[in-house]
Amino acid sequence: MSDRLIFRFDVEGDDFTSAGQASVQVKKNLRQLGIDSETIRRVSIAMYEGEINMVIHAGGGVAEVAVCEDYIEIVLEDTGPGIKDIEQAMQAGYSTASDTVRSLGFGAGMGLPNMKKNSDSMTIDSTPGVGTRIVMKIMYGGKANEGV
Amino acid sequence: MTVERFANEFGFDILCMPAPEKEISGAYIGDLLSWVMGKAEQSNVWLTIMSNINTVAVATLADTSCILLCEGVRADGELLRTASEKGVNILSTDLTSFEAAVKIKDAVR
Repeated sequence: MSDRLIFRFDVEGDDFTSAGQASVQVKKNLRQLGIDSETIRRVSIAMYEGEINMVIHAGGGVAEVAVCEDYIEIVLEDTGPGIKDIEQAMQAGYSTASDTVRSLGFGAGMGLPNMKKNSDSMTIDSTPGVGTRIVMKIMYGGKANEGV
Repeated sequence: MTVERFANEFGFDILCMPAPEKEISGAYIGDLLSWVMGKAEQSNVWLTIMSNINTVAVATLADTSCILLCEGVRADGELLRTASEKGVNILSTDLTSFEAAVKIKDAVR
């Protein structure tokens, strides 16, 4: 598998009825490729949280999942408001979600921590007023990081 | 234990059961979706009072064996249609999450 197999999705902003569909589709695709179930689970969780963040905060965005030889790479890109303080946003329990969004069960402040926990590397590039780009790598056969 | 046997043994209402043969192992209680996403384990019964469409996506991605809606919470037609399509089992009970957890504790270990 020298070529990267890439799945690309447009994520709609503020659409909570179809939120998570890209992640569900990725999971299905990875299953068909015969990827091990623990890796699929980590990719699913990491991608879902990123997808939901784009729906809630960024007015949507683009998600790209690349199936590489040793790992799966998820790239999430949006032109939303950006993250002012990444360190604060990474803290478990911190959320800027509205009450309406919270009433749907979101806004627990566990999105970014869950993404970090389930990926082997994660980089966040964000500029307020311009947008956010997150790259996560998930190695095959890895395990979720404990204590994150 | 399969979801079908679990539902019958404890008398939970079956709202939809597209995958009755799914095996149950353990349980997780929670209503905050990201919390469930991060903490629930594969094949868990997920006890919750949250019954919007997003619970189906979380159950699918976290690989829970079934959703057990507690406190008499019901699911609307759209939710059940989506759950059936995605292979997500949904049961319900009038018990609180705590009461339901106590009731099933020995069976789901």
